[in-house]
Amino acid sequence: MARITAGIGCSHIPVLGFAHDHARTAEPIFKPAFDGFDWTRRWMREEAKPDVVILVYNDHASAFDMKIIPTFAIGCGERYKPADEGFGPRAVPDVEGHPDLAWHIAQSLILDEFDMTIINEMDVDHGLTVPLTMMYGDVDRWPCKVIPLAVNVVTYPPPSGNRCWALGEAVARAVASFPEDLNVQVWGTGGMSHQLQGPRAGLINAPWDNRFLDGLIGESDDLRRIPHVEYLRETGSEGIEMVMWLIMRGALGRRTGVLHRHYHVPVSNTALGHIVLEPLDTQAVPLYPLAASSMSIPDACAAGPDCAEPPDQSASIARVPDALDCQTASAFSRAQAMSPARSGPAGMSSSRWPR
Amino acid sequence: MPRITDVTAYLAQFDDIPGTRVFTAARARSGYHLNQFAMSLMKPANRERFKADERAYLDEWPMTEAQKQGVLDRDYNRLLDLGGNVYFLAKVFSTDGLSFVQAVSTMTGMSVEDYQAMMLAGGRSPEGARSIRENT
Repeated sequence: MARITAGIGCSHIPVLGFAHDHARTAEPIFKPAFDGFDWTRRWMREEAKPDVVILVYNDHASAFDMKIIPTFAIGCGERYKPADEGFGPRAVPDVEGHPDLAWHIAQSLILDEFDMTIINEMDVDHGLTVPLTMMYGDVDRWPCKVIPLAVNVVTYPPPSGNRCWALGEAVARAVASFPEDLNVQVWGTGGMSHQLQGPRAGLINAPWDNRFLDGLIGESDDLRRIPHVEYLRETGSEGIEMVMWLIMRGALGRRTGVLHRHYHVPVSNTALGHIVLEPLDTQAVPLYPLAASSMSIPDACAAGPDCAEPPDQSASIARVPDALDCQTASAFSRAQAMSPARSGPAGMSSSRWPR
Repeated sequence: MPRITDVTAYLAQFDDIPGTRVFTAARARSGYHLNQFAMSLMKPANRERFKADERAYLDEWPMTEAQKQGVLDRDYNRLLDLGGNVYFLAKVFSTDGLSFVQAVSTMTGMSVEDYQAMMLAGGRSPEGARSIRENT
């Protein structure tokens, strides 16, 4: 049986790929960013050794233009070439896919009501290849197969953080039902705080980013309730990429532990974040059963804003997916509703989601 | 406040963020040909034709005159207003040989040197930059 053994969060800043490809990683401007991956590269090589990485990323007008904008797309192809992003393709190995597992996940997700776009051919840009470089360094061949999972975080609205988390849970169910014995990791990439446009460009919010890293660890699922506008206000227009980390976090189940963590400002325009997590509760979040839905969801929502944590297992099944509507409105939004005097516009304060 | 599923209310939140053009569907529609023009510069042959005669190349695209002028002026804030997205506009400034730092700094009213110094000092603080309403 395939199993998810770890999750990795990592920014995919293009200049880090440039620094690596031009042998400039030891320069003072780049060295602190790369040093924080020394632990991970050794761990990947000597201990973790994943067979397959499900790599959640976004395309930056490389494989996709404005003609077609898939919200969630999964790569089911045999291999992917590094994209030419205007300076020629990066001189890194081609990325090998794992079509058997990818198609299994794609089919499972659709049956699980995540209506994925399926990609058989595309080039992959820095969003996918820079994390591979950070985790493996200079190699002749990537040591793992890769299943690209591309998310639209460019054209609004992107998927909600809650939906991303739930997709991660569904990915975990799909992996667990694959018969072959495979060591699988899920990576969430992009972020952390950065804004590449407009007069507010250059925004960095280290305290918020670090609270986000904190929130990935342990049992809390508060991060899934952060609304888009809070990412935009607090972490810049491109900080919205962090919703992709929540697919990784959702795939790790109810409880995680942290193995390694790294944060550095700045890399070019961006705050660099990196975390390695392990799942500590191997029981997959259960599939949402169709038969139970018509009965349990109205009950759950009728319970009002306190329906966030159903007491027993049968009720908790109703969390996925529709009961989340009321759950989403629980802790975070209720805090605003109850304190109109001191609450500004929605999502203004960084302190409203518990750490 | 329930989760926002009303698109109008959802989008209205974004107008309150200072110095930021969120790439909404309205911008994506108005900027469609601008962004597709920029995307065309991914091909080396198109880059050469564009560099040889920018105006003639732009005239091949059903863009508005304001969009064409914005490209000729490399006025990136104006192009964001006219529906450009930075990942697509990046094809234009890459054609000019500019990095993201160099191009992005032109949108901030700062010199490249001042912008880089700000980034090295930890970036722009979110204090006072979260909300137009709260700052007025």
